[in-house]
Amino acid sequence: MLQVQGVFKSYATAQGPLAVLRGADLQLGQNESLALMGESGSGKSTLLHLVAGLDQVDKGSIEIAGQRLDQMNEAQLANWRRTEIGLVFQQFNLIGSLKVEDNLAFQARLAGRYLPEWQAELVERLGLSALLKRYPEQLSGGQQQRVAIGRALASRPGLLLADEPTGNLDENTSDEVLQLLLDLLADSPTSLLMVTHSPRVAARLDRQAVLHLGRLAAEGDR
Amino acid sequence: MKAKAIALLLLLVALTGCDNEPEEEKGFAGLADDAASYAKVTPDKRFVFPEDHGPHNDFRIEWWYITANLKDADGQSFGVQWTLFRNALPRSKTSPGSDQGWRDRNLWMGHAAVTCEDEHYAAERYARGGVGQAGVTLAPFSAWIDDWALSSQSTTDDPLTDMQLQARGPQFNYRLHLTSSKPLVLQGKQGFSQKSEQGQASYYYSQPFFQADGSIEIDGKAYQVSGPAWLDREWSSQPLTEDQTGWDWFSLHMKDGAEVMLYRMRQKNGEPYLTGTWINADGNTELLAAKDIALEPQGTTGVEGRDMPTRWSVKIPGKGVDVTVEALNPQAWMNLQIPYWEGPVQVSGSQDGVGYLEMTGY
Amino acid sequence: MPVLFWTLKALLSHWRRHPVQFFSVLTGLWLATSLLTGVQALNSQARESYAKASQLIGGEPQKVLVAPNGANYSQALFVSLRRAGWPVSPALRGRITLKNLPEQRLTLLGIEPVSLPSNTALAGQSLDTAQIVDFFTPPGSTWISPQTMQALGLHEGEQPLSESGQALPQLHAQADMAPGLLLMDIGFAQQLLNQSGQISRMILPADFAENTPALPDDLKGELVIRKSGEDNDLGRLTESFHLNLDALGFLSFVVGLFIVHAAIGLALEQRRGLLRNLRACGVSARGLIGSLIIELGVLALLGGIAGVISGYWLASVLLPDVAASLRGLYGAEVAGHLNLSIWWWLSGLGVALFGAFLAGASSLLRAARLPLLALANAQAWHETHARWLKRQGWIAGISALIALLAALFGNSLALGFVLMASLLLSAALGLPVLLNALLNALLGKSRSVLGQWFLADCRQQLPALSLALMALLLAMAANIGAGSMTSGFRQTFSHWLEQRLSAELYINPQNSAQAAPLQKWLSEQPLTSAVLPNWQVSLQLHGWPAELYGVIDSPHYRQHWPLLDSASGDPWGQLAKDDTLMLSEQLARRLKVAVGDEVKLPAPDGDWQLRVVGIYADYGNPKGHMLVNAEHLLEHWPQLTPNRFNLRIDPHAIPQLLRVLHNKFTIDDNRIVDQIQLKAWSRQVFERTFAVTAALNSLTLMVAGVALFISLLTQSQSRLGQLAPLWALGVTRRQLMLLNLAQTWLLAVLTLVLAIPLGLLLAWCLDAVINVQAFGWRLPLQVFPAQLLSLMLLAILATLLASAWPLYRLYRTRPADLLRTFANES
Repeated sequence: MLQVQGVFKSYATAQGPLAVLRGADLQLGQNESLALMGESGSGKSTLLHLVAGLDQVDKGSIEIAGQRLDQMNEAQLANWRRTEIGLVFQQFNLIGSLKVEDNLAFQARLAGRYLPEWQAELVERLGLSALLKRYPEQLSGGQQQRVAIGRALASRPGLLLADEPTGNLDENTSDEVLQLLLDLLADSPTSLLMVTHSPRVAARLDRQAVLHLGRLAAEGDR
Repeated sequence: MKAKAIALLLLLVALTGCDNEPEEEKGFAGLADDAASYAKVTPDKRFVFPEDHGPHNDFRIEWWYITANLKDADGQSFGVQWTLFRNALPRSKTSPGSDQGWRDRNLWMGHAAVTCEDEHYAAERYARGGVGQAGVTLAPFSAWIDDWALSSQSTTDDPLTDMQLQARGPQFNYRLHLTSSKPLVLQGKQGFSQKSEQGQASYYYSQPFFQADGSIEIDGKAYQVSGPAWLDREWSSQPLTEDQTGWDWFSLHMKDGAEVMLYRMRQKNGEPYLTGTWINADGNTELLAAKDIALEPQGTTGVEGRDMPTRWSVKIPGKGVDVTVEALNPQAWMNLQIPYWEGPVQVSGSQDGVGYLEMTGY
Repeated sequence: MPVLFWTLKALLSHWRRHPVQFFSVLTGLWLATSLLTGVQALNSQARESYAKASQLIGGEPQKVLVAPNGANYSQALFVSLRRAGWPVSPALRGRITLKNLPEQRLTLLGIEPVSLPSNTALAGQSLDTAQIVDFFTPPGSTWISPQTMQALGLHEGEQPLSESGQALPQLHAQADMAPGLLLMDIGFAQQLLNQSGQISRMILPADFAENTPALPDDLKGELVIRKSGEDNDLGRLTESFHLNLDALGFLSFVVGLFIVHAAIGLALEQRRGLLRNLRACGVSARGLIGSLIIELGVLALLGGIAGVISGYWLASVLLPDVAASLRGLYGAEVAGHLNLSIWWWLSGLGVALFGAFLAGASSLLRAARLPLLALANAQAWHETHARWLKRQGWIAGISALIALLAALFGNSLALGFVLMASLLLSAALGLPVLLNALLNALLGKSRSVLGQWFLADCRQQLPALSLALMALLLAMAANIGAGSMTSGFRQTFSHWLEQRLSAELYINPQNSAQAAPLQKWLSEQPLTSAVLPNWQVSLQLHGWPAELYGVIDSPHYRQHWPLLDSASGDPWGQLAKDDTLMLSEQLARRLKVAVGDEVKLPAPDGDWQLRVVGIYADYGNPKGHMLVNAEHLLEHWPQLTPNRFNLRIDPHAIPQLLRVLHNKFTIDDNRIVDQIQLKAWSRQVFERTFAVTAALNSLTLMVAGVALFISLLTQSQSRLGQLAPLWALGVTRRQLMLLNLAQTWLLAVLTLVLAIPLGLLLAWCLDAVINVQAFGWRLPLQVFPAQLLSLMLLAILATLLASAWPLYRLYRTRPADLLRTFANES
């Protein structure tokens, strides 16, 4: 499903270039879930962004479902994100000026893949039925994150990328949201790559990988 | 007789007719109605000169008209034409008032042309009366519009004995000295000239015995010329009938000294009205009736998209005349606001001579 | 397509949640477009009217023959020229008042349609013979523009009466007629104007005039060939007037764009999250920019439509004043009803679009470069602002330098406006820098905690408010500048009028034949202390119309004709004795001559060289004005007769004198003007001229008020975050409100105080640069403290009003909302 090979990435800073990834390798199979761990600044988010096509590698290759991400242009990447990727961030996930129902359907509509039954099922399973007409600012953090997950999965992407999706939530809410996410994934062909610093969260996924000094230093199965 | 003047008159009648009651069917009857506000032409008029050389403001239309058949020293032939028309607009019903200054009812029009074998130039002028831009005065006699003028230089009682004629257009100008020793000629019946069987008529006299000399300039080239010239004076208030469509008019100077004036008014239905005057070299006249004259077009020329008869057969058996009259320049088209054909002609056959031909309504 | 659709939907949903922002963008665009298009409408209406007037006969300005002094002359000259072969056509122009409409002085033009070159179009229409005959045959036709006919309350076919009771020819509305003009046959015109046998000009056909024919010898000196309208080239004379209007409109446009810029920038800041989201969901950068451009275009169209409609309204409200001042100042008739082409509407929308993209360009650029992944970083933003301030300071400095250079080396009206524009730009951009520095300085002085917070918080508000404050600064400065210039002009002008209009009566003889007997009779009147005849010649100097007046040597001039600059000794004595002249300030500037220099005048017998011995003010006269001794004048123009007598007379004797003048000389009221009438008329023209300026100025102030209001309103939402901690610390909402009000006022008052020197600088620019370049006269700079004070109060009131609603909202903020700012703080 996902093949990351020898990826290098550095950023320009005031103190000169900062190498964040230095030959990272990563594999992820279909319907598999992987927790990406590491210290702050180890490059977890950078790797996630590269896989999401939000950023481009300096060197190395990223292949997903037989397609080379590192060889796509801007427009192709945008199209790629629209149709093949679901993204969930720690915060700023929702469009504040749109109602919950429009937020949910947003990416699916963009991708031209709006599936009413699947949408209804997501609403049902995420327990959002009563909140559809509300605006994001009227929701609690957990509710917001459930909407974000629903939006990311609405277009049935091949790969769900999540960057600390429960980082802002208290323990109970976090567990609840995570469980909903995993339940939904279990019934679909979607793979999951999640950045987290919480071993508790990481432990619930199929596999765990740790980034250290720009490389995947350790990897373990559940 | 000047058919173009009639055309202008008709135009003015038509437009001033707008002021009248809307009488669509009576366009020409309207002419008769309007004419009622002008003086009528009657057979018993006695001409008094020099007064009758001046304008007759009670009549609707009037003109002073000169043609000359000229030759230069090389024998090249030229024709010169000069006309001043006076048209009296109908008196306003709503505000009669005075006719002074700009209120003068006369609208003046001048036409002038020169013709040679391969050129023909014409020009026109318009002016309102009352302020001095155009008019006719008696003592001394002068008829003018702008810088065009026919003026007497005579010191005798008869202003026609010694005259000066001048006009100019963009491509030509001329200045001629006219002299005459023979008396003028009353046309028709003692100057009462009939135009139709229905009685339309005008007052009409001529001086066919002018001798002209002077200079012509055409396209910047000057010619010293001389030859016979002809003055026509005519005035009327209702000179046309409804079905008269046009006009062919001849003035001919015969080599033996006789002068001929002929015209035929073409009718929409039926025979044209044909008449003329035979003028002996001594000035005695004889009225020619239709039966005395045979007038036939013999050849036409395409002019401005029209077929103009520019070659005629003229027979006056009683006078032993059997001649061909042919245009010096068949393209003598007066391309003015009221367009018509007018130019010098050559006479050959039983008599030789020169003259002028005017044709309208083609 | 679904991408574009859903992207747009998401972008536009922002405005639904932030209607105030939406309306501030619209308001900015609306105001910018409205004032600019309004001014454009006025100008184009006026220019169209001038064009109609100059194209009335033959569709283009014609060459004409006129008397050297512009007076009427006998139509016998027309006849003699016609008989000399000149294809001229006579015309008579005059002023007429209709019975029962004494307020409306109309221009009457009599023409002679038969002698006009054939196919000459009259008011855009070619006449056939029938129409020509109808035109001059009684009752005849009076052609009039439909607007003028409507404005006069007259109807087609009507025959209104002149003041003297004569009926005009039947009125006939003709679309291409110049406004305020009655066109009729010369015969009727001579009667109505009581000018029998007189004409004022002869029209020469263009092809004939091309060859510059020489006049017959006997007419040389009596007539001269001019281009029609040359003596009265409205387009040229009124150029400065329209340029001033344009400048005002442009200023408002810029202020409006400031608002748009601010609002769009704010909207972008608030939508950073949304933009990131959209990118993350798979909208490409290009698609996003495209959508933003479409959004901006739609906003621009909405604002533009509103702006063009209100611009039309504004123009129609101001048009009567503009028309009145154009008539008064230049004798230019402008139609009283707006009649605008579709192009005006379209170009108005074009201006709105252009302005919107100009104002939004930087925001679009930022959106395009928006780092997809970087989180909104408040600290970085402050750093950016510091950098921004620095850059702004540089630009302000460069603008100030340009202004200085323009002031030192400027010699044209365009450079005058460059001076003003760069001065204003430099002040506007320098304002936040200056305020920042001022607040910093105060902060250093402040000892109390709340005081420090107050000033620091003030400084923090500066970025959000700076655009509104700039608008306030510009509007206030413009008001001070224009106000002080106007008042200064009013004072100078009144004083000058008092001195200059000292004769009690001004009498224009009916015709030249009347001049001599009239002068004799006038000087025999017992209560007349002086009769001052004037001889007049109209000239062209360097292509500009000028009037040369011959005057006699009289102590009256020494007393009542103030000179700005004069030759040493006795300038009036020199004027009487030598070949010398005095000339108006504006003409001296135009000819670039000073006292002691030589001026050459074109006389019929060759150039006439004269030395300048005096320069005098001649406010409000677009034409040049010159004085020479009458005897010297008559040596060069021997056939001139006096065309005006200035009369010093005991005011009590005036009614009696007028009666005799009416009866004995049949001089009608139009030819006699008394001093009081003339002064009243001059002042009225003056007031109406500045009515427009004043109206536009108040509008700019209003725009600034709106800008401030919008900024405060948008800012009040983000203010909650800053105010909530204070509230939590035990400051009441009432106190918070007052603190906030004090902050706004502090900033506004500081701005207004800075606006005073800027305004005075602007006034100096107007007095000493713009006026000189535009009109040719320089005014002394005068400061009117009362006016400054009232303007300050007005501006403070505007600030109060602008801050009232946002503060009220703050006051009404529920504690829960304040609490929530903590909840969202994370």
